[in-house]
Amino acid sequence: MRGWRILYLVGLMVVCGLFFGALQDIHPFGEPVESAMDDYFIARAQEERAVNNVVTSIVFDYRGFDTLGEGAVLFTAVTSVVALFRKGRS
Amino acid sequence: MNPLSVVVRTICNVFAWFMIVFGSYVIVHGHLSPGGGFQGGAIVATFMVLLLVAHGGKRFLDWVREGLFSAAESIGLLIFLGAGLLGMSTTFFYNFLAKSGGLFGSPVPLGSNPGVLNSAGTVALMNLAVGIEVVAGLSFIIIYMFKGIRIELDEEDEGHGR
Amino acid sequence: MVGNFPFVVVGLLFAIGMALILFDKNLIKIAIGVSMIESATNLFLIVLDYRTGGSIPVYTLAGKFEKMVLPTPQALTLTSIVIGVATTALMLSLIMLLYRYYGTLDVREIRRLRG
Repeated sequence: MRGWRILYLVGLMVVCGLFFGALQDIHPFGEPVESAMDDYFIARAQEERAVNNVVTSIVFDYRGFDTLGEGAVLFTAVTSVVALFRKGRS
Repeated sequence: MNPLSVVVRTICNVFAWFMIVFGSYVIVHGHLSPGGGFQGGAIVATFMVLLLVAHGGKRFLDWVREGLFSAAESIGLLIFLGAGLLGMSTTFFYNFLAKSGGLFGSPVPLGSNPGVLNSAGTVALMNLAVGIEVVAGLSFIIIYMFKGIRIELDEEDEGHGR
Repeated sequence: MVGNFPFVVVGLLFAIGMALILFDKNLIKIAIGVSMIESATNLFLIVLDYRTGGSIPVYTLAGKFEKMVLPTPQALTLTSIVIGVATTALMLSLIMLLYRYYGTLDVREIRRLRG
């Protein structure tokens, strides 16, 4: 194998080694560490906002500002694709 | 692109309306069951892909009108912004329609219950607006990426026989 | 490490996506590698907050429940998936324009011919 391929393989091994080293300290699967905010959302979503689906109430009501940014990203992507494929006048 | 055979075209004509109805169900019942604006919009956008694949490129490009999709996308985003700005007296994106008895306001019994369709104030309105925007946006991407291939569309379609 | 099996799957997906980006010469396979890295990130977000024995965080489908799964990372994953769609659409459009201009999909050839 050539020189740059060996370098890429060493880099990939370093990244995988770092990831599996961090896997020793992560919390066990099934017991989350901090859940105070989500307990508030689960307990209050039906009385305050009258919504049965807690995930939709988080996306559109408690954190609606992030959804506004996501609508802007989708709009920009559609405009860019249309602008790339326009026939020129030359 | 050439159109496919008679069997595929017949099944496409029958099945496409079912996809629109199912996608609209997922969009409208966003506050009761898992789903919402983005997921339902992706389901309805595959209706355009099915039409493009089954009927061929030339017939598809003669049928579609782009002014409709452009207007729908802009109107969807404007309704979403308007529903956020109307509750500006308290804060930005305030849910001023919940439990008020008006358009989408009915209280919901606590605990597990079969859902009430009239509940959940501005969340239901925003679901509809985002659903319209995602349908128009994804259809636009598909139409323009197909137009960019720029193959010569022949005068006579060579399908798989008639 | 056997109990943390979902985290190992996330690591494997990330490593395969990165190997595709580094070691391959076709432009479309590089785009597939980027999409795989985004899928690994979404899976990691969902796996982070899971309660053993919890039910779905929707009140109409829960039935009799004691505790619910945390709903916040699921809401963040929705946004992340839509952003991945936008990125993939733009990448594929640029690959189409490159093929029309250069006539080939090989990364080494595109680096050599200059306009």
